[in-house]
Amino acid sequence: MSGIPDRKEAQVRQLLEGPYPVIPTGLAAGAAARGDRLLRRRRALRRVGWAVLFAAAVAFVVWASLTRPWSAPPSGISPPLDGW
Amino acid sequence: MRAVDQQSGSYGEFEAFVAGAAGRLLHVAVLLTGEPEPARRLLACALARTYAHWRRLRADDPYDFTRHELCTAFARTAWRHHGGTGVLARLSPQERLVLVLRLYEGLAEEVTAAQLGMPVERVRVLCNRAVSLLRAREAA
Repeated sequence: MSGIPDRKEAQVRQLLEGPYPVIPTGLAAGAAARGDRLLRRRRALRRVGWAVLFAAAVAFVVWASLTRPWSAPPSGISPPLDGW
Repeated sequence: MRAVDQQSGSYGEFEAFVAGAAGRLLHVAVLLTGEPEPARRLLACALARTYAHWRRLRADDPYDFTRHELCTAFARTAWRHHGGTGVLARLSPQERLVLVLRLYEGLAEEVTAAQLGMPVERVRVLCNRAVSLLRAREAA
């Protein structure tokens, strides 16, 4: 059953085969330099991200300790004055 | 240049890998794009990513990783690569990807489907269509 597709595929496979093209000189060195740049950029980006996160955390703590949003605001209405 | 010094050990390995695999990878890239200059650019980009990833490769095959990067980059920029002058000039970018991965690289249908993010049936259909298109062209 798979005989005919196999033969067709073999023909196409033969079409795809061919001599390897010439490798440009300095391909490895160029790729390594570019890869290094990529790594350095990623590392810098990660460092900036952590710095921003840390700064945000510090800012939040400072703001929270100054304004204390968890304590209830003083009520503007006084309780009725009874038994005076 | 500190980063280069840190990685000098892996640079030797990387250079050996490129010396061994670049010919075949460039052939794959030329089959995909149909033109040598974009193929060279694609391969250089994929190899740079492989080098950046070199220390985390561990058990993975660098050839597979580079081919994966190459195919992803090609798929992302496929709209630029319609036409061309290669053997596969008449095929769409997707058909070229499937044909090269399935028949030239000899990947299984499931692996090709997973790599290209499409169902197995679609891989089969694309491959069959590409094969019959090529054979029709040969016959003509």
